[in-house]
Amino acid sequence: MKELVILSGKGGTGKTTIAGCFAALAENKVMADCDVDAADLHLILSPENKHIEEFWSGQTAWIDENECLKCVICRRHCRFDAIHNFKVDQLSCEGCGFCARICPVDAITMQDNLAGQWYISDTKYGPLVHAQLGIAQENSGKLVALVRQQARKIAEEKGLSFIITDGPPGIGCPVISSLSGADIALLVTEPTPSGFHDLERVIDVCRHFNVPTTVCINKYDIDMEKCARIERYCTVNGINVAGKVPFDSAVNRSVACGVPLIEYSNGPAADEIKRVWNNVEVLLSTN
Amino acid sequence: MIIAVASGKGGTGKTLVATSLALSIKNKMQVQLLDCDVEEPNDHLFIKPTITSSEPVCIPVPRVNYDRCTYCSDCAKVCVYKAIAVVPNGILIFDQLCHGCGACSYLCTQAAITEKDREVGVIEYGSADGMEFIQGKLNVGEAMPTPVIRRVKKKINHDKVAILDVAPGTSCPVVESIRDSDYCLLVTEPTPFGLYDLKLAVETVRKLKIPFGVIVNRNAEGESLVHEYCRRERIPVLLDIPLDLEIARLYAHGITLAEGKPQWQSSFTDVFSKIRSSLYERARHSKR
Repeated sequence: MKELVILSGKGGTGKTTIAGCFAALAENKVMADCDVDAADLHLILSPENKHIEEFWSGQTAWIDENECLKCVICRRHCRFDAIHNFKVDQLSCEGCGFCARICPVDAITMQDNLAGQWYISDTKYGPLVHAQLGIAQENSGKLVALVRQQARKIAEEKGLSFIITDGPPGIGCPVISSLSGADIALLVTEPTPSGFHDLERVIDVCRHFNVPTTVCINKYDIDMEKCARIERYCTVNGINVAGKVPFDSAVNRSVACGVPLIEYSNGPAADEIKRVWNNVEVLLSTN
Repeated sequence: MIIAVASGKGGTGKTLVATSLALSIKNKMQVQLLDCDVEEPNDHLFIKPTITSSEPVCIPVPRVNYDRCTYCSDCAKVCVYKAIAVVPNGILIFDQLCHGCGACSYLCTQAAITEKDREVGVIEYGSADGMEFIQGKLNVGEAMPTPVIRRVKKKINHDKVAILDVAPGTSCPVVESIRDSDYCLLVTEPTPFGLYDLKLAVETVRKLKIPFGVIVNRNAEGESLVHEYCRRERIPVLLDIPLDLEIARLYAHGITLAEGKPQWQSSFTDVFSKIRSSLYERARHSKR
């Protein structure tokens, strides 16, 4: 079983469009949407939710005002500046529990956070594991780890060949959590200053965690010169370019129809994404 | 006044809006541009600032004095982040998991734990065209952007208009960035992805009780599903930016909209005026 994670650094470069196509192209796989902040893959795979579970993670301090002596020991020790007027600011509290341990009258208790939900759904392309982090919640990394773990379980039970993960933007905790231990990261970029800059950062993160990378340059023809620069950068750094997808207005139309691009169009972008999948599949089976 | 520029979905044009808004009003008032997207800061690629100084962002992590340690494991028990493990021949400390709460060192009965600063990122300041610029950068391989965001926000000058460029999403880095803002601009695009993620962003700003408005980027159709949603929810749409090849080209060449097409400056100035008058209205209502 091989695990592919699709990342980009910069948001909006086309991760989900490509993941949606891979869902339709790859056989024997489970899909995982690890962009738990703003999961969108379900919008094009039309899942039927069959299994919903709550995600409890982390704790928040709570001060019982009837017990509180207003001694301010808790406030003095809180490194996150989360205690004001003998109340806990839920947004600042990182759940370390220091205050609860040092309160001389045990007026502080730690309460579990309902931090989101996760789902295992059926789609016509196979199983999809996805999730929704609660609004303004922390611990997205843990929810990502849970989604991956469930996807792995399904892959093992059903003897599937691939786990295909649509990852989050950025380079922080949910990205690291999506990435660690994956077999290959497909990095989707675009020939813009931010696309290129963020690609370099996410390549560094993949190196840091020893995950091999391959690059897909999306909308490559909006700036041929910058595209050539990205290709040169990849060559110099020994990174394979799995494909260059041209700008194609069919992409937005397919999203509007809620279907994977390759089922909507036979146009140039769909064609190239098929080629990208073939290349990635070869890399996955030889890696 | 603090204006945060956020969006649920990535790549909708936050950087375009934040930079062009800042550049459009900077001749009329004192402006600070703060890039709080510390995982992937991009404003600098467009406004090309002169960076004059930088400082590291550190969090304190525990170090064990083995002369005093009795291997009692209390430190490992108090650490909710599982950053400390006691093994037969030592104490393992996983720096990356440590939030720097200080519980282990304070509660160690043998006073065997001291704290050492560990760098997780940097903040840089400088200026661009007379406008103050500050950005945070999370070090590669680090998981926690919030300490870096907090430090960027410490540089907010309340006598100026501070414009914050925020990471995509709705989780802790976004909340850390937009909290305490006076206004939040949500940038979206008229696609089902844009709309779905906008709804999540709206829930977030409503939960934080921050006044907000929407900017629709890459609009090709006039009335879109996003406009319909905003009308239903009584959310003001402050600006439409059309789907335009020339605007895309400017962006691809690292040129802000306000500079590449100066006629847009008045549109961004209008956005600012609308924000100011809506805040003024709110203040008047709350006084009554």
